[in-house]
Amino acid sequence: MSKEIIKIEDLKREFVMGTETVHALRGISYTIKEGEFVTIMGSSGSGKSTMLNILGCLDQPTSGTYEIDGVKVKDLSKNELATIRNEKIGFIFQSYNLLAKTSAIENVELPLLYNSKVSTEERRKRALKALEMVGLGDRLHHTPSQLSGGQQQRVAIARSLVNNPVMILADEATGNLDTRTSYEIMSLFQDLNKQGITITFVTHEPDIAMFSNRTIVLKDGNIIKDHQNENVQSAATELAKLPKEDH
Amino acid sequence: MRVLNLLKIAFKAIILNKMRTLLTMLGIIIGVASVIAMLAIGEGSKESIRATISNMGSNMITIRPGADDRGPARGSGGDVQTLTLKNFEVIKEQATLLSYITPVVNGGGQVINGSNNWPSTIYGVNPEYLDIKVVGLQNGSMFTDAEVKSASKVAVIGQTVVDNVFPDGQDPVGQMIRFNNIPFKVIGVLEEKGENTFGQDQDDVVIAPYTTVQKRILAIDYLNQVMASAISEDDAPEAVTQVTEILRSQHKLMDNEDDDFTVRSMEELISTFSSTSEMLTILLVAVASISLLIGGIGIMNIMYVSVKERTKEIGLRMAVGGKGSDILMQFLIEAILISITGGFLGVVLSLGATVFIEKFLNWPTSVALYSIVISFAVCAITGIFFGWYPARKASALDPITALRYE
Repeated sequence: MSKEIIKIEDLKREFVMGTETVHALRGISYTIKEGEFVTIMGSSGSGKSTMLNILGCLDQPTSGTYEIDGVKVKDLSKNELATIRNEKIGFIFQSYNLLAKTSAIENVELPLLYNSKVSTEERRKRALKALEMVGLGDRLHHTPSQLSGGQQQRVAIARSLVNNPVMILADEATGNLDTRTSYEIMSLFQDLNKQGITITFVTHEPDIAMFSNRTIVLKDGNIIKDHQNENVQSAATELAKLPKEDH
Repeated sequence: MRVLNLLKIAFKAIILNKMRTLLTMLGIIIGVASVIAMLAIGEGSKESIRATISNMGSNMITIRPGADDRGPARGSGGDVQTLTLKNFEVIKEQATLLSYITPVVNGGGQVINGSNNWPSTIYGVNPEYLDIKVVGLQNGSMFTDAEVKSASKVAVIGQTVVDNVFPDGQDPVGQMIRFNNIPFKVIGVLEEKGENTFGQDQDDVVIAPYTTVQKRILAIDYLNQVMASAISEDDAPEAVTQVTEILRSQHKLMDNEDDDFTVRSMEELISTFSSTSEMLTILLVAVASISLLIGGIGIMNIMYVSVKERTKEIGLRMAVGGKGSDILMQFLIEAILISITGGFLGVVLSLGATVFIEKFLNWPTSVALYSIVISFAVCAITGIFFGWYPARKASALDPITALRYE
């Protein structure tokens, strides 16, 4: 039996807005095991973003427990949360969030700058390896403005891989990309997943979910569906089926 | 996080915004340069005053009759007749910290040689006068104690007098001149000293035995002044006290009575004149400091904009593991880097500016090391002070909000 990366039990998150209390998450439990590729789906207002923030250790639950890689996140200080984010989670955002006017390799190095255990040489080596993994070994010194959207997202993926996280957390990672490019990115995610990397993908696009092993659907702060995907599509195959673009 | 990494990040941010950084720095550069330049001007004028006064004899002590609370520049005691030859003799006998002492009587008049005449001042002194004034003779010799005793009509004259009453370049030594119709034999010519800081021509003098001047010219038996020289500059203040005590007992003054004379050392004169220039310096530096302050506010302003503009970047840095303290340090170092670089350029600019002032405006300047050190320290402090608030604001951002900031 493989290791539990994420263990969530009866997780609640409430926000007080003036006199009203908004229940964003109303008692959620699930676990994610090592090597899974999970999509968390839901329309806006379903609690999806709140779930993402808590999974990413950017926010704390009001009650319930959240464990990542055996560490209980509740009651950790801000600085301890930052260290967890730095060492255990790889973030990927919809709008890439790369530093402008900064080369691809320096963008990828960024998380390691905040880890004093990693030396300068080690940092460069790992960033190089991560960029090669996403197929950008020849674009090291390009700045974001010199890269296409798909390439920028690849740099962001490399950045999320560089600290060898226990889980990659993607937030609408294909939301800004056209169908072809998003399939390319999904194909990359599938490749990474095959290499054993755990991925949690938050999205509201149903066609993205068919590339993952498991889908959790949220609605009004509750899980309404949590099922294994029996028929995982290969993004590479789907990509081949798309009509050829004329360049 | 390593300081080196922070430095690298801050440096990069500065490089990416060259123009803006340069303009921000300009405030600091101008501020620092003006503070140092103003201090240099102040220090320069102070030194030039000190040099001039020292040139007049730095150990010199002057004793004048009459209380004089309004400063040493007031001039002679006028008609006050309380300083006597007896006083002089007692001081000479009892004061242990004086190396030279001379009575002084002086009066204005006309120097005449044939058809040439020149208005000048005659000083009646004894031979020690030259040692007190630290002046030598370029020609001839000084009168002797014997000539003082016999009230001989001999005189030593300054270059200005020579130029005016011996215009055809003949050697004045041995010639006869008349001062207020009293004939004097010129026996020596003083070394040229030129004008002092106060614009007084130190060569426009006639020096004669005080006995002669008292009897023949002024017809008085009191003294206008006693001039003395302390053994060393350090002994001067002590010597002043000594002389004061001697004179008080001479004048039979009670403890509750004020001095009816004034004893001053050159040191006091220096400090009085320096204090005027010091006040001006303080004023100038105060104005310059305001420009430094404005430079600091400029940094704060730009750091503020920078934090706002890079909110998303801050969110990202926090998301990938940057702690609040890392973000704080990043922006603080950026501010300090701007202010210190500005400070350095300001120092360079001030050195150039003082050279310019010295060369083209002919003002004496002297850049003191302490002024550079202080300005530099002030710069670093300015960076920390004005960088702190924006940096603090950046570090307190909520990563979730910062990431979603558009």
